Amino acid sequence: MSTATQDTRTAPAPPPSGSSPLEGFTHSLRSEATKLRTVRGWLVGLGVAAVLLVLLAALDASGSHVQCGGPPAPKGSAGSGGAGRTPRSDEGCGGSSALPTGPGGDAVVDRAYLVDQTLSGNGSITARVTSLAGLLPEDADGPEPWAKAGLIVKAGTTPGSSYAAVMVTGAHGVRLQDDFTNDVAGSAGAVSSASPRWLRLTRSGDRVTGYESADGTRWTELGHADLTGLGTTATVGLFVASPPHDETSYQFGGVSSDGGPSLARGGFDHVGLAGGWSGDTWRGELLGGADDGPAAAHGPGAGFQQSAGGFTVTGYGDIAPAVGGLTGGIERHLVGTFAALLAAIVVGAMFGTSEYRRRLVRLTFAATPRRGQVLAAKAVVLAGVTFLVGAVGTVAALWVGHRLEGSRAVALPTSTWVEVRVVAGTAAMLALAGVLALAAGTILRRSATAVALAISLVVLPYLLAVAVVLPIGAGEWLLRVTPAAAFAVQQTLPPYHQVLAAYVPPLGYYPLPWWGGFAVLCAWTAGALALATVVVRRRDA
Amino acid sequence: MTAALHAEWTKLRTVAEVRWWLLAAAVLTAGLSAVAVAATHAAPRGGPDQDLDLTKLTLTGVHLGQLVVVLVAVTVMSGEYGTRMIQSTLTAVPRRWAVLAAKAAVVTALVSAAGAAGVLGSVLAGRAILARNGFATADGLRLPALTEGPTIRAAAGTVLYLVLVALLSLGVATMMREAAVAAGSVLALLYAFPLMVSAVSDPDWQRHLRQIGPMTAGLSIQATVGLDGLAIGPWPGLGVLGLWAAGALLAGVALLCLRDA
Repeated sequence: MSTATQDTRTAPAPPPSGSSPLEGFTHSLRSEATKLRTVRGWLVGLGVAAVLLVLLAALDASGSHVQCGGPPAPKGSAGSGGAGRTPRSDEGCGGSSALPTGPGGDAVVDRAYLVDQTLSGNGSITARVTSLAGLLPEDADGPEPWAKAGLIVKAGTTPGSSYAAVMVTGAHGVRLQDDFTNDVAGSAGAVSSASPRWLRLTRSGDRVTGYESADGTRWTELGHADLTGLGTTATVGLFVASPPHDETSYQFGGVSSDGGPSLARGGFDHVGLAGGWSGDTWRGELLGGADDGPAAAHGPGAGFQQSAGGFTVTGYGDIAPAVGGLTGGIERHLVGTFAALLAAIVVGAMFGTSEYRRRLVRLTFAATPRRGQVLAAKAVVLAGVTFLVGAVGTVAALWVGHRLEGSRAVALPTSTWVEVRVVAGTAAMLALAGVLALAAGTILRRSATAVALAISLVVLPYLLAVAVVLPIGAGEWLLRVTPAAAFAVQQTLPPYHQVLAAYVPPLGYYPLPWWGGFAVLCAWTAGALALATVVVRRRDA
Repeated sequence: MTAALHAEWTKLRTVAEVRWWLLAAAVLTAGLSAVAVAATHAAPRGGPDQDLDLTKLTLTGVHLGQLVVVLVAVTVMSGEYGTRMIQSTLTAVPRRWAVLAAKAAVVTALVSAAGAAGVLGSVLAGRAILARNGFATADGLRLPALTEGPTIRAAAGTVLYLVLVALLSLGVATMMREAAVAAGSVLALLYAFPLMVSAVSDPDWQRHLRQIGPMTAGLSIQATVGLDGLAIGPWPGLGVLGLWAAGALLAGVALLCLRDA
């Protein structure tokens, strides 16, 4: 047998049926497909993967209740000795309270206190911000990091309508933001009466330009926004917002989040209109409609006072994209992915090793002396079948989870492209994990060892990172370098630096973008296949 | 029974892989523990007020150790089916339950030894690294003494945990026969509960899942602080894992006796 191997390496014999290498590969494909098809246990194993996806989706949908209204809070699992969560005040269940949708189609939060006028045509508004203070929570030192006080030009007061705003923030300096997702940084530093900030917004058609100044004479342009849907008239004025206070802490074994309402007060003076805009009386209103807000339980609520020198505006809420992580994205129905991965790994390892046990491999290599070709055919057949079964299972899991959850869910909208990416990405992750186990099985020739190795690479890092067994930093590192990085294909909601939230793996935010995480798995699988090809060529069968 | 024990011991002793795996179980347990501890610095995210369970942290390596332990236990049973050795074994020892009992005894002995070595390595490495990371003096985060009751409970309990996981694996392997399927099934059973806990949002579901899961309940033996907040106490939790292992072994014995080999 050993000499036969040597011979095939030095002078590969032509494939028995047909002359071209392509024909030989087709032949290998067909024989591997027959092997996979005729061993019932393997097909059953792949079927189990799909069934587990659906079953765990159903279980998860039954065991989850989603708050209605407001942005879904990160789900807290009170860990060992963990603290309970204080529900946020803007999470009241009030019937139809779906999140508004911004111009880009994303779910958004659109709540702030406005002091505004409806103005037509072009013009500009200028004001000096002299203070931004946090009133709630009571024990906080300073305003929320993303509390905002500034100027806004908005298509209207309908939640989700297009806008551009220039503002002073609690801890992130001056910002120019538009249409919820865009954010440009201006000068840093906190605002105070000793160091006030001058802000200006100029509208010209659909273009709104933002400026800032330290003294009101030398102005710096921050940038501009080209808004769509800005009519001839726009809502123009001052606004103050303060997103809910949020603290997330990690114990080993769980995440607990603690938060509460917040309230901020901004001081404005030198408010002036120019260009085509001429002043009228200023009116105050709560953007997004009236609700109880934090005022109900805690002292002064949102409102404004006008004095000779200027305005004092008190507000809460945020004008920003909604973040929901695992609670808001469709990936919450795919909790069974790990179980499907285990099934795919078991089938892959057995598909790679069973020929060795039954000595069928000698016959296979005699029929197809190009051993690399046999391995490639096995990988293609396994990957193809696993992908198909995985895609069906993923679609079914999404459908079942959605149906069982029913109207209790506040799902953040996902574009069709992202949904396709999640389905195809999950199916491809299963397929590649199976091929990784196939390669490991070919190298080790022991199915159980191959299974343990593949699981330690693909599933264990995910468990350690997501179930908070490791510190968050170590977990994120694992999700960068191990094949488990591919779980990033399931993340549907992007993190926004301008919204304070815990963007960590336990809450569904992965350290790599989806294509990066998927590439890590591809690299591992390719490396394992290459090693297996080398080993299988060198070794006796 | 003595003869069966001796036979199992000889079989396991002469498989070269087993020696390496047991060594790997110990080394990987200590290694992952050391990495987890090294990744935790004196100011962990979440503030100094969090109940950081340093003893539990130094025993993190059990997650890698149990993977190898599952592999060893599964091989002890499934290896015989792979090579048809099982037919000779059952001819030599016709009382089939005695075969499983002998295997369980041998596995218990070996996993205890490997687990004890791994846990000892974890604790020693963890203490050395933690002390260097400034935990010995950090406010509120005192390194617990090795002789304290909870520390001993966590360390010894982790060894017991590994033994019970091995027995669970042995039972499942007897039922499943095929090594890869058995290993995959055991790990799916172990991993399902912690991952479901992190996925569902209902606190009651989370508590119940923690209480019945072999891994979530069993690993509560590692807790040394905040015991009141645990879904299940340390010893009852290990008991839940014991029930899973006993159930798997009983089902294995039943199938072994009823089924053709």
